[in-house]
Amino acid sequence: MYAYDELDRTLINERVSEFRDQVKRRLSGELTEDEFKMLRLQNGVYLQLHAYMFRVAIPYGTLSSEQLRRLAHVARKYDRGYGHFTTRQNIQFNWIKLAELPDALADLADVGIHAMQTSGNNTRNVTSDQWAGVAPGEIEDPRIWSELLRQYTTLHPEFSFLPRKFKFAITASEHDRAAIKVHDIGLRLYKNAAGETGFEVLVGGGLGRTPFIGKTIKQFVHGHDLLSYVEAILRVYNQYGRRDNIYKARIKILVHELGIEKFAREVEEEWLQMRDSALAIDDAVIEDIRSRFTYPAYEQLPHMPDELKKAAHDPHFEAWRKNSTFPHKVPGYAIVVLSLKPVGGPPGDATADQMDAIADLADRYSFGEIRVGHEQNLALPHVARRDLPALWKALDKIGVATPNVNLVSDIIACPGLDYCSLANARSIPIAQELTRRFANHDTANLIGRLHVNISGCINACGHHHVGHIGILGVEKNGEEFYQITVGGRADEKAEVGTLIGPAVPYGEVANVVEDIVEAYLALRARPDELFIDAVKRLGVEPFRERVYATR
Amino acid sequence: MTSPLQQKIKITGPSVVTANRTWDGIVIWRTAAQGWSAELSDAAVVRTADDARALLAESVADDVGAIGAYIAPVDVRDTGTVKPGNLREHIRSAGVTIDLPVPA
Ligand code: HEM
Ligand code: SF4
Repeated sequence: MYAYDELDRTLINERVSEFRDQVKRRLSGELTEDEFKMLRLQNGVYLQLHAYMFRVAIPYGTLSSEQLRRLAHVARKYDRGYGHFTTRQNIQFNWIKLAELPDALADLADVGIHAMQTSGNNTRNVTSDQWAGVAPGEIEDPRIWSELLRQYTTLHPEFSFLPRKFKFAITASEHDRAAIKVHDIGLRLYKNAAGETGFEVLVGGGLGRTPFIGKTIKQFVHGHDLLSYVEAILRVYNQYGRRDNIYKARIKILVHELGIEKFAREVEEEWLQMRDSALAIDDAVIEDIRSRFTYPAYEQLPHMPDELKKAAHDPHFEAWRKNSTFPHKVPGYAIVVLSLKPVGGPPGDATADQMDAIADLADRYSFGEIRVGHEQNLALPHVARRDLPALWKALDKIGVATPNVNLVSDIIACPGLDYCSLANARSIPIAQELTRRFANHDTANLIGRLHVNISGCINACGHHHVGHIGILGVEKNGEEFYQITVGGRADEKAEVGTLIGPAVPYGEVANVVEDIVEAYLALRARPDELFIDAVKRLGVEPFRERVYATR
Repeated sequence: MTSPLQQKIKITGPSVVTANRTWDGIVIWRTAAQGWSAELSDAAVVRTADDARALLAESVADDVGAIGAYIAPVDVRDTGTVKPGNLREHIRSAGVTIDLPVPA
């Protein structure tokens, strides 16, 4: 956990009073909607189809049990008893009343939660590996650097009015769980050949209308140069990024138009001028941040405790353990993923009762800590392996132990036309139907790792471009249609998927996905050749053929 | 963004003006009595571009009461019942097409 200092607490509280005043003036008519819109967006308040939507930040995906309980309270008191975890370590409430928003924000501020910079053309919530600090083989806890960036970018005057929104993601593991290659700036902490720790810096990744995989702009940047280097990138972007056309305003377009070499030269020039400025961070600053992250007092525990041996006879428990628990850097402990993808449920939603129960379980079994990942699932990061059987029973009871993590029914989906005013088509019912089709755990296991991503429009909130199977809602003559891509991926080998053919109608999407999966099962070289590897080897043609031969 | 009033108004059939209520965000429709209602059945139905423009103009003028007013298509049945003219408007008036995680 990270403990905010007085400065942050004051900032968050001041922000609530400021917004309370703005809302009051809006409701009295003193502020017009035109004047108010930017103010509400800076506090995470959007307008959806049915109501306002309120997006709350969960910096680097770390929550305390107290904070999760408070989110449950907000869901219950100001919303309809649930919240939606998003792909960027935020939570959204869908039914909030503007008049009550200041109270909701004040309740959240009590426990150090805010909604600053969760929308608008500024630097957004800095995301990170949801297993930060507990993943085996990690170079260092990447949240230290996420927090440094959070402090530096929060209310930064120069970066509060960028041409467009700007997103950072950081990882410190070989396997990228933070999707850094589809962010405006992606940072990978690693050790170079000389044994020094620093960042590979990627720039210009992003999805939306024009998807790009981020490119390496600098192979190695020392930690103490991180802020000056990042600022150099932001300055070049702020100066040259297009403000005349919203579709061309993201940094990815600038990088693409200038070319990465020219862009890198501009950044280098800018950087050399300020490298040794106040932005050069000294070790004391990093140490201070490091010291504010607290880690549990782990015990020395056996890897194979009796409780686990006994429970191994229960096939349901074993199915869950094999699927949803992951190695921890400390022997005797595990990382436990809580699936928010029940069969027939909306992906990423959790009810207030579930949140409360998870908070209690976190207190009992995970040193009071919860993590939020970009796959729209939660995790308990520090569970003693001996507690796994008891924890499983409790998780199962509240419906978050579906053993489908990383399987075909672990779908990432945006709210789509059920909620979103920008949507062409619905996402959630498509996801629900797919989870029903693939409800059989043995079948899903046989298929193996397969990521399905669904977006209701080209803004790509559901990351469809980088789904192994991507589904994008489009509109044709007032009807919902869906384009299907295969071969995308969001990890360290990130790639944009390839369209397999003409869009298919709503009622056909689940059949098409089944066809693609069947084609894969028939064509894979070995049972352990993953879907994504089979697509790489075979190309999209066999899948196209299978899907369109009879359509 | 271009203000809705500067946009060219073209309607292809019976239309209403809809928006969200400012203080709580719920979906509302402009009535013939120059007010708002949470029921589509109370909406003023217009059939010409001029009437649509006029209805939108008075709706937008109520900036305190409503946000994001725009013209939306409706179907008027033989019985006179007014129904939403497309899926988006259907979802706005009838609610999400899925079961909410917590039943109301
Ligand atoms: C009312 C709801 C929402 C609205 C109005 C909205 C709007 C947008 C827009 C306009 C963009 C594209 C911006 C651009 O390319 O510059 C975008 C991108 C994105 N949204 Fe949303 N969004 C909503 C909900 C969500 C949800 C629920 C999630 C997570 C599940 C999400 C995650 C994202 C992500 C990750 C991107 C980035 C894609 C990229 O790299 O371009 N959004 N959103
Ligand atoms: S992808 Fe489109 S439909 Fe889905 S949430 Fe984003 S803006 Fe809305």
